[in-house]
Amino acid sequence: MNLEYTPEEEAFREEVRAFLKDKLPQRLSDKVRTGKRLTKADMEEWHAILNEQGWLAPHWPEKYGGTDWSVMQKFIFETELAQAHAPRVVPFGLSMLAPVLIKYGTQEQCEHYLPRILDGTDWWCQGYSEPGAGSDLASLKTSAVREGDHYVVNGQKTWTTLGQYADWIFCLVRTDSSGKKQEGISFLLIDMETPGIEVRPIKLLDGDEEVNEVFFSDVKVPVENLVGEENKGWTYAKYLLTYERTNIAGIGASMAALEQLKEVARTTKRGGTPLIEDPLFAQRLARLEIDLENMKTTNLRVLDAAGKGGAPVAESSMLKIRGTEIRQEIGGLMRRAAGRYAQPFVSESLDEGYNGAPVGPEWTGPVSSQYFNNRKLSIFGGSNEVQREIITKAILEL
Amino acid sequence: MDFAIGEDRQMLADTMKRFFAKEFDWEKRLKVIETEHGFDRAMWGTLAELGVLGALFPEDAGGFGGSAFDIGTVFGEVGRVIATGPYLGTLMAGRLLAAAGENEVLESVIAGEKLLTFAHEPAYDAESGDTRDVSASKSGDGWTLDGAKGVVEYVGAADLVVVTAETGEGVRAFLVETGSDSVEVIDYKLVDGGSGGELRLSGASAKELSAVTDEAIEAAKAAGVVALAWEGVSVMDELRDQTLEYMRTRKQFGVPIGKFQALQHRMATLALEIEQARSAAINAAAHFDKPERDRFGAAAKYTVARVGNLAAEEAIQIHGGIGMTWELPLSHFAKRMVMLGHVLGDEDEHLARYIELMRAA
Ligand SMILES: Cc1cc2nc3c(=O)[nH]c(=O)nc-3n(C[C@H](O)[C@H](O)[C@H](O)COP(=O)(O)OP(=O)(O)OC[C@H]3O[C@@H](n4cnc5c(N)ncnc54)[C@H](O)[C@@H]3O)c2cc1C
Repeated sequence: MNLEYTPEEEAFREEVRAFLKDKLPQRLSDKVRTGKRLTKADMEEWHAILNEQGWLAPHWPEKYGGTDWSVMQKFIFETELAQAHAPRVVPFGLSMLAPVLIKYGTQEQCEHYLPRILDGTDWWCQGYSEPGAGSDLASLKTSAVREGDHYVVNGQKTWTTLGQYADWIFCLVRTDSSGKKQEGISFLLIDMETPGIEVRPIKLLDGDEEVNEVFFSDVKVPVENLVGEENKGWTYAKYLLTYERTNIAGIGASMAALEQLKEVARTTKRGGTPLIEDPLFAQRLARLEIDLENMKTTNLRVLDAAGKGGAPVAESSMLKIRGTEIRQEIGGLMRRAAGRYAQPFVSESLDEGYNGAPVGPEWTGPVSSQYFNNRKLSIFGGSNEVQREIITKAILEL
Repeated sequence: MDFAIGEDRQMLADTMKRFFAKEFDWEKRLKVIETEHGFDRAMWGTLAELGVLGALFPEDAGGFGGSAFDIGTVFGEVGRVIATGPYLGTLMAGRLLAAAGENEVLESVIAGEKLLTFAHEPAYDAESGDTRDVSASKSGDGWTLDGAKGVVEYVGAADLVVVTAETGEGVRAFLVETGSDSVEVIDYKLVDGGSGGELRLSGASAKELSAVTDEAIEAAKAAGVVALAWEGVSVMDELRDQTLEYMRTRKQFGVPIGKFQALQHRMATLALEIEQARSAAINAAAHFDKPERDRFGAAAKYTVARVGNLAAEEAIQIHGGIGMTWELPLSHFAKRMVMLGHVLGDEDEHLARYIELMRAA
């Protein structure tokens, strides 16, 4: 057993670092580091820079513009990006839809859609959840009825992240309600410009609008927009969800955020002494760091097994649970560290170019809204309760 | 042993409940928190008329209550509807006015004519990266104050502020009127919908609150701790009840989600913890006039903050996506709950204080 980087991996890390130093705009990393809102243009700018380098979709096959990186290289890449405070890559097209198309789509679909994901022509959003179908996703009702060379789609999706920016939505729709609910689901690609689609924003508890409701009334979708076979969508959906889960675990993001938290703990004084010397706060911090160190290795073990062709179902759920708990705890400790300055909420100060009077240490500005916003991590991508169901099913064999 | 709250206090609670039900429904709250100062000045006046503010102070100071259980009763009702307004500032600053025998000023506060708040914690100073506090110096017959205070609740709306300041011979309390050039207020909204601000004083003339000592300031804060503990318990009760109701009605996999044992046991734990928090709040009130006041205060603030976080996080989690929306009252209760932990010291600070007092005892 050896957890050291090989000389090749070390060299790769240097290469990634050099790239980031050279190409990651300070304006963007400053925004990420200080918790400012990223605009659509910000995210597109970063995608374009990565794409230029050929690093926007490292997990895709090389023939579609991916890389031949090892599991370890992908991990190094992810953590270096996060530690440099690069914006997170928007996952919907790149990490959710693309793997499904590559595995289950036609040659034509891959050739048409994948380049458009890379060059930013199409912004995708995920149309899985419905008001009545959250954890019980398979009970979804949005229907697609075949009429000649079209499907006619009716129903409603909800919680659609960044749907307000999207050109396209990949949807799970019901094409058969006669048998088992999982067996009548299809995977459909829908152009958001099609008549009959309406997007309404949902305001979240932090006051921001990042999710939407999407309504479909008699929306005509060409049959060639079906992915794979009709009524087999559940299989594809589950395949996609495993990708989504490990992504949400966000080890790299946690490593970067923990560094920031430790810096805050060293520099923020309470009652005259730095927080890191406060025994109670230090204990919280130490537990968190220990958990994250453990998690890093667990993550690598899972990636390693997956890379060797294993299907680590229970383990990927474990990563999702603990990864999100760690992210939430880091946010929680940032909030605690802010003390009474966790209370002010100057929404405008989270936008670029704000130059109003500062309130409290600069890092305190976004901590409470991030803490509350982070509640989503244990809810989406399959809630942490649902992950525990998956784990027990896999290990208990009852 | 008697755990009944008493007839008069029950009447006060009922009056507040009726008033809020009629005048402060959810739509109203959503509107109010979008206003400049995040609370309704007119409603504040009506609450004063109903005697709600008077209940926070003893008779000899012009009130008609003032015991820890009176305070708890008022703040318990405030928490039930997460009313916004300078309740806490009024309580703590008002107790100092009372201690100084400033009955006339206090009467105008109790009557709802003047709005009062309390500025005690130092401000963060961007230049030095450290905190900056207020100091007082004698000038002629009076005093002038210089320096800054941070996150002063509702200071943007206040007519009067009780400010603590270092005099060179210890910390004393002073009364400052807002509105002059020497009193600068930078106000902002708070996460839970109310408002606060930074108070910057440059040669502000102030009246010393005579006879107000360190101990009086500690007592005012102790009253604030009791208030927040009782308020917190009511917020938790709401979080629990709203979540239980959702568990009965939200269906997934063909059954109400309340049928899932994984969720049932978590709600059982939460219910248990909330009863512990309620007892902590009662303990704090019961020892308010006793030598163990601060130990029980610390215990209550610690317990309520810890359980409060649990309640807020579990309530949102068990609601799923809908629990994260602005539209659902629940998320506002969760925000208020968590933010209460950031007022007058957090969970860790109170646990540390408890340890200190435990060792000394
Ligand atoms: C910010 C945010 C962004 C999102 N983005 C997207 C998106 O882009 N696209 C998309 O399709 N969806 C998205 N979602 C939706 C997300 O996937 C769902 O919220 C999630 O699946 C949970 O469903 P629900 O909200 O309906 O909660 P429910 O399923 O109603 O669950 C309520 C509670 O019951 C628990 N529960 C349910 N079943 C069980 C069980 N069997 N045992 C024990 N406990 C159980 C849950 O864990 C939860 O605590 C997003 C959600 C949020 C909050």
